[in-house]
Amino acid sequence: MNGKTFKSSMRARYLKQKLFFGAVRLSALLITLALFGILAYILANGFRAITWEFLTQPPTDSMTKGGIMPAIVGTLYLTVGAILVALPLGVVSAIFLTEYAKQGALTRIIRIGVNCLAGVPSVVFGLFGLGFFVVFLKFGSSILAGALTLGILILPTIIGAAEEALKAVPQTFREASLALGVSKWNTIFRITLPSALPGILTGAILGVGRAAGETAPIMFTAAAFFTAVLPKSIFDEVMALPYHIYVLATAGTHIEETRPLQYGTVLVLIALVLGIDLIAIVMRSMIRRNKRW
Amino acid sequence: MEKDFIIRTKNVDFYYGAFRALSDITMDFEKNKVTALIGPSGCGKSTLLRLLNRMNDLIDGTRVEGEILFEGRNIYAPDVDPVEIRQRIGMVFQKPNPFPKSIYNNITYAPKLAGIRESGEIEALVEESLKQAVLWDEVKDILTKSAMTLSGGQQQRLCIARALAMKPDVILMDEPTSALDPISTAKIEELIDTLKKHYTIIIVTHNMQQAARISEYTGFFYLGKVIEFNVTEKIFTNPDVKQTEDYITGRFG
Ligand SMILES: Nc1ncnc2c1ncn2[C@@H]1O[C@H](COP(=O)(O)OP(=O)(O)OP(=O)(O)O)[C@@H](O)[C@H]1O
Ligand SMILES: [Mg+2]
Repeated sequence: MNGKTFKSSMRARYLKQKLFFGAVRLSALLITLALFGILAYILANGFRAITWEFLTQPPTDSMTKGGIMPAIVGTLYLTVGAILVALPLGVVSAIFLTEYAKQGALTRIIRIGVNCLAGVPSVVFGLFGLGFFVVFLKFGSSILAGALTLGILILPTIIGAAEEALKAVPQTFREASLALGVSKWNTIFRITLPSALPGILTGAILGVGRAAGETAPIMFTAAAFFTAVLPKSIFDEVMALPYHIYVLATAGTHIEETRPLQYGTVLVLIALVLGIDLIAIVMRSMIRRNKRW
Repeated sequence: MEKDFIIRTKNVDFYYGAFRALSDITMDFEKNKVTALIGPSGCGKSTLLRLLNRMNDLIDGTRVEGEILFEGRNIYAPDVDPVEIRQRIGMVFQKPNPFPKSIYNNITYAPKLAGIRESGEIEALVEESLKQAVLWDEVKDILTKSAMTLSGGQQQRLCIARALAMKPDVILMDEPTSALDPISTAKIEELIDTLKKHYTIIIVTHNMQQAARISEYTGFFYLGKVIEFNVTEKIFTNPDVKQTEDYITGRFG
């Protein structure tokens, strides 16, 4: 190859590279723009609805006025409930899959099952919850039934994240502990699990976002169209933010009038999810600071 | 005087799946002595070491044949709890592997789980083990700092202290100085020399001088077999087998 063609091929490669990085940058920019666009749009349309009354009062005048407090409380209960169901179950499953089970046909089948579960449309979970928790176990439409349904919905996310987190714990930690004559059980609970906690919390964060935002799974299992009173037990129905938005936006006779309320509710839902995420993120970084390897 | 053998292996074969990594290993390890295991890479030294405290149990698809007796009891008998074996036969790894905990908690972790609760006893244990591992003076003022902030050599001595805190009878060391600088290496060699009063030490090393300096017995391994096992002096001055001589003089190939 002579000098000239070498140079021109260099230039071609340089151009190609430029083009490629340009495209990458552009798509990153577009995604960010889309995200901020949506947020800005909701903020612009919703922030006027956010008043003290809106956050602390139940809806009035057939839900065209007043606040969304019962829905905020309901969504909080359902989300926290879902995490309480899914986190222990998911972590235990992940421990079984990565630490105890012999890797082979059985674990493969379980993993395929978990992945399939992750791909099932959420309305199917809703119908399952209705059939199993609400009707068969006679929980009725309730926080309990809704939280269990949402819990199962986010279970694959939690299992997946917990498995990845456990696998990322260096094998040398386990060996060091076992070689000291510490039982497998104690090794898992005192060494492996604490080291995996940040990753598990990441899974929980993803789960929270999903659980708080879903409408279909709670539609038949937990969500009330309207109730001004707060739940007194886990067997009570609750209002929930996503369902409330759905109701306001589709079911009423005052759809246009309640637009600001709809945007306000969306804004509150986003803020709620971000708030819970923030707590988890702070917890995660606090744990990470203590655990460097 | 009758010799006191703390660990004896009898015709041990070991398989990773279908691959036989050790064949017909018969060795007696004398109590309160240092035994060095030498041999080219992949000859099965680590495999044997990990057999002695049942660390190979962690690997799926492995199989042991023959007997490994610890104080006369077969440690692979079905009624033996590997946890108990590992409490009495400690291990130090090639790469220092402290827990991401404080220096103090690295030491107390296993003894606490083994049932030592009394705080005075625990504090005494920390000081004693760190002193035994010749680390006390360097860390006594920073016990609550993370073990990850120590140097490699200090970390390795912490790992030795951690093993000592369980008051084992035997300590297995798999190339404990291969990741360390000469000064840390010298420190650990000195340490081994003092430890053998109370402990039986079995050490894998690629360093011939080290084996000659610190051990009473040396076993030379090749392709999963013990080629020669004898007192160290004999192995290094007048080995019976030509392969052994070639290996220790560096003419191996
Ligand atoms: N987990 C494993 N699965 C399958 N084969 C293994 C495993 N560990 C070791 N082996 C094989 O067993 C043989 C002995 O390995 P071992 O680690 O005991 O050698 P070694 O003498 O310690 O070598 P080195 O000096 O390099 O540490 C090697 O052929 C190795 O490939
Ligand atoms: Mg080795």
